[in-house]
This record gives sequence, structure tokens and C-alpha cells, in this order.
Amino acid sequence: MLNDMMSHFELYQPADVDNAFDLLDRFGEECWTIAGGHDSLAWFKDRGKQPSAVIDLAGIAELHGIRETAGGIELGAMTTLTEVERHPVIQERFSILADAARMVASPQIRNSGTLGGNVLQDTRCWYYRFGLACYRAGGNTCYASAPEAMNREHAIFGASRCVAVTPSDPAPALVALGADMVIRNSGGERVVPASEFFMTPAVDIQRMTGLEPADLLTTIRIPDTWAGANFYFEKVADRGSWDFPLVNVAAALRIEGDRISDASIVVGGVQAVPRRLTAVEDLLRGRVQNEETAAMAGAAAVEGAEPLRYNHFKVPLMENLVKRAVRDA
Amino acid sequence: MIESNSVYAGLAGSSASLPKNPGSGPDGPIESAIEASMCAQPSLGESSLGWLESRGNWSRRNFIKGIIASGVAVSGVPYLASAASRPALQAGAVERLISLNVNGQTRRVDVLPNETLAMTLRYKLGLTGTKLGCDRAECGACTVLIDGVTHYSCSTLTQRVRGKEIQTVEGLESASGELHPVQQAFIDELGPQCGFCTPGQVMAAVGLLMENPDPTREEARQAMAGNICRCGNYDHYLNGIMRAAREV
Repeated sequence: MLNDMMSHFELYQPADVDNAFDLLDRFGEECWTIAGGHDSLAWFKDRGKQPSAVIDLAGIAELHGIRETAGGIELGAMTTLTEVERHPVIQERFSILADAARMVASPQIRNSGTLGGNVLQDTRCWYYRFGLACYRAGGNTCYASAPEAMNREHAIFGASRCVAVTPSDPAPALVALGADMVIRNSGGERVVPASEFFMTPAVDIQRMTGLEPADLLTTIRIPDTWAGANFYFEKVADRGSWDFPLVNVAAALRIEGDRISDASIVVGGVQAVPRRLTAVEDLLRGRVQNEETAAMAGAAAVEGAEPLRYNHFKVPLMENLVKRAVRDA
Repeated sequence: MIESNSVYAGLAGSSASLPKNPGSGPDGPIESAIEASMCAQPSLGESSLGWLESRGNWSRRNFIKGIIASGVAVSGVPYLASAASRPALQAGAVERLISLNVNGQTRRVDVLPNETLAMTLRYKLGLTGTKLGCDRAECGACTVLIDGVTHYSCSTLTQRVRGKEIQTVEGLESASGELHPVQQAFIDELGPQCGFCTPGQVMAAVGLLMENPDPTREEARQAMAGNICRCGNYDHYLNGIMRAAREV
């Protein structure tokens, strides 16, 4: 097992966020922040990342827990996925997020994996994870889009040199719910909508989110906008448990009478960021929720898809998932 | 069973008697471990060369021993050296000598900052019932209970569980030596085939029954989704859980 041994680092366990900011400022790019630790420890064991200092956020009480606020709910970034999945208010008003959290990996991982860690995890493109010097790792080629590459799990939209996809299940649900990400550093706080939080390779190819090295994602706020709406979440993966999505869909619909008054539909696993389907949403407003509308939404959703050699199947898969979401939400 | 006899535990124990002043000198146990490892290297080299030269002595056992030993020498030395060559502890970093509550006992142990709970349990505390299958949070063989909740010990830093109650498969037996109902039910339902995943399956099932003493088969299936059995004995384990739930 010694080849799985992580290289040495010093471990810091700050008790509050100010202490964590001191450490982040002190170590800069040499440090790594760990939440649940699943993404992080895998990087360390593979020697893909070798930070000299690791900051463990588990002891910071204010990063944990779910609170009801005047305009919605607030989730500490260190709230575990099991807590998200089982929280009565989330189950009642934002069941789509509970459903998404339940689909992540396995029970043991959900017991320690956190919501913040899940949305911040790095992409699972195995060429990149293997440690190859691809664009995302600062190199000058993409191994996953080479003619003979195995790219069954990769992007069908928005590729820009890199074809990696977002691996998260909760992220599409958070974007669909119009969540806000609260980011803090020693200089203060800023709030970024979830829809702008994730980073396309065209903007920055080496990052998955807008989080800077000295930043902490402290809180995720979910406004009441979609509370109690008609929700739909579905994930398709190769295995029934412990697997990343091939494609997942998160949809929230408001129905008045028999017509769709508003819609928010987001698809994961098809692009580097959770893909919000604004054109489909526009198309749906004012239409009757039925098979025909659903089929149209599905067809519109995959317009402009650019599959790679081995992931053509994602086009009809995404089409059918969007169709089911609109029909069954 | 809990008394440890591994060399690693001895190593951990020796550091407990060192003066606890991190800046004052090199870490004794680490250095001696490096020496041991360095000394071991040439002789290991000889043994594997000897194997190459005299095909007559070829045996599968020697081949495997040689491969394993050279792997240890190559990958172990830089790891230990990196820990020993570092300067004084950084201000504010975690202490290495900590107490862990394992199966109701308080154990003093020397834990590196980058050490996983599975490593500590197996190689420092001698609790080898907890298995390392993948070491990547994929297979579930390393499942333990932390404050009554299932976790993969291969993907939990030991420094993170100070002050928490850790329960491993060794702690399930009653004082009189009676097996836990889940263990007995797994035997009765022929759960284990090769048995490697069994401790993890047992701990996942115990965690489930603590939280939900009367699960449906589907709930049990969901709760066991993080434990792989490569013999494919899933239904037997599920039968065992349902039997244990009836009997608890």
C-alpha cells in the first residue's frame, strides 16, 4: 500500500474562519483546503497535488448546518450530503436538492462528503487525473479529444481545448434553484450566483469555479423563488451507486392551471459547467405540460451539441432526460 | 485481541517516551525506521539478484517476496525521509502524539498529519480487521463507525477523529465472546465467501441497524450500496441483515 502514501504535509485545523484566512494568507498557493477530503485525498495519494500545508475545515462550527432565513435557507459549505438529503425543510421545499444529494456516490461518502466540497471538486477526466500535462494541468494538448482517445464521459457542449465535464449532482440542482454562493476571504465577502460560479475552459482552463486560492466558500443560500415548485431530478450513470453522472438533469417548473408559467432546467455531465437551458425555458413558458411540449423541449435542449468520438450517446440521453423532466415534473 | 504486537505499534510506543519538544532534535523513531529501511535495501537487492542468477532456486514465493520488498525499499524511503528532514513543527500545526477512542479504549498513538485512519488502525494499533481494498473510497472494505456513523477509514485523516468514538469490527464482540447479531446472521446466511469485504459489510450493516433497526430490504440495499463484494454475495449479506434485524 506504500505507493498510496501521501507525501508529507503539515495539517492545520483552524477553529474559526478568521484563523483559516490567516493560514490561507500565510501559505498562499502552497496550501490546500480540505472539506470532506474525498477529492483531496485522492489527489494526494496519486501525488497529483503535493501541498506543503493542508487546512482542514471540519472544526469550524459556523461552516456547518442548515438555517432557515427570511428569504429562504442557508447551508454551511461543510454541511454533509447526508444532512442535506435528510433535512426536513429541504425535503419539503427544495426536494430537488435532497434528491440530488442522495444520488452522490455511496452512503459512507455522503456521511463525510460536504455540499461545498462536492460543488468545488475537480473534474474527473482521467487523462487529467492521471497526471498528464494537458491544457487543464498547464500543458499544451488535450488527450481526451485526440482521435483515438476514450472520451465516452466527456463534453458535448462548450468544449474549448478542454473537454472535461462537471462531475457534480448537487451543482445542477443549485443552479436550477437560483442559489447564491457566499465567498469570503480576509478582505471581505462577495456573493456569486451559482449560475456564474462555475468556470468554462474558455474563461479559465485551469479552474472549475471562480474560487480564488485565498477564498473560502462559506455558505450556499437558496432563495424561496422555487420553494415547493414541481421538481424533477434524474441521474444516469453506469452503476446504480458510487458513480459519477454520464448525464443528470435538474428541473423546476411552476404550473398555473395546465400551463407552465416558469421553468428552470439545468443539465450536468455535458459541459464543464452545469448547463442551464435558458432557450428551452423561454420556449416552455405559457405552454401546456404534455408529451408534445416535452418532446419539443428535449429536441431544443440538444441543439448545437458537438459530440466527440465515443460520446454520441449523450445526445439522445440528454434529450430524453429533458423530455422526461418537462413531462413528469 | 486489541493488544497490539506489530512493529509499528512498538515504534509508536517508543516515541511516547521521547521528550515532547519538537524543535530539539531529530525524530528518533522515524530515523531508526529509515535506518532499518536503508539497511534492508542492500540485502533485499541481493536476494532479488540471487533469484535472477540462480534460476534453479526460482520459486513463486521468492519472486513475490522480492517484488514486495523492493517496492517497499523504493517507495518507503523517500516518504519517511521527507517526514524526518522537515524542520521544527510549524506553529499551529497538529500534534503528532494524540489519543484515540477506539472500541471504548483510549489509545495513545503517534499519528502523522497525512495518515489515514485505516493506516493507524491497521499498522499502529494492530487492528487488522479493518481491510484496505482500494484505498480510494470505492470498495467499502475499510468501513468503520465514527460516532455511530459509517465512514471509509481509508479516506479519513486520523487527525480528524480525535475525540470521536471509533468502532471497528474488533469491538463488536460482547465481553463474553459472543458475536454481534449481524456477525452471527452473516455466518448463518453464508454471507462471506472469500471474506475480504466482510468486516466492511458488517460495519455498514451495524451502522444501518443502529439508525434504522427495522429496515426494508430496499433500505438495506441502499445502505449497503457503498460496499463492494467481488464474490457477488450481495443477496446473502442482505438476507443476513434482514435476519439480524428480526433478531435484534
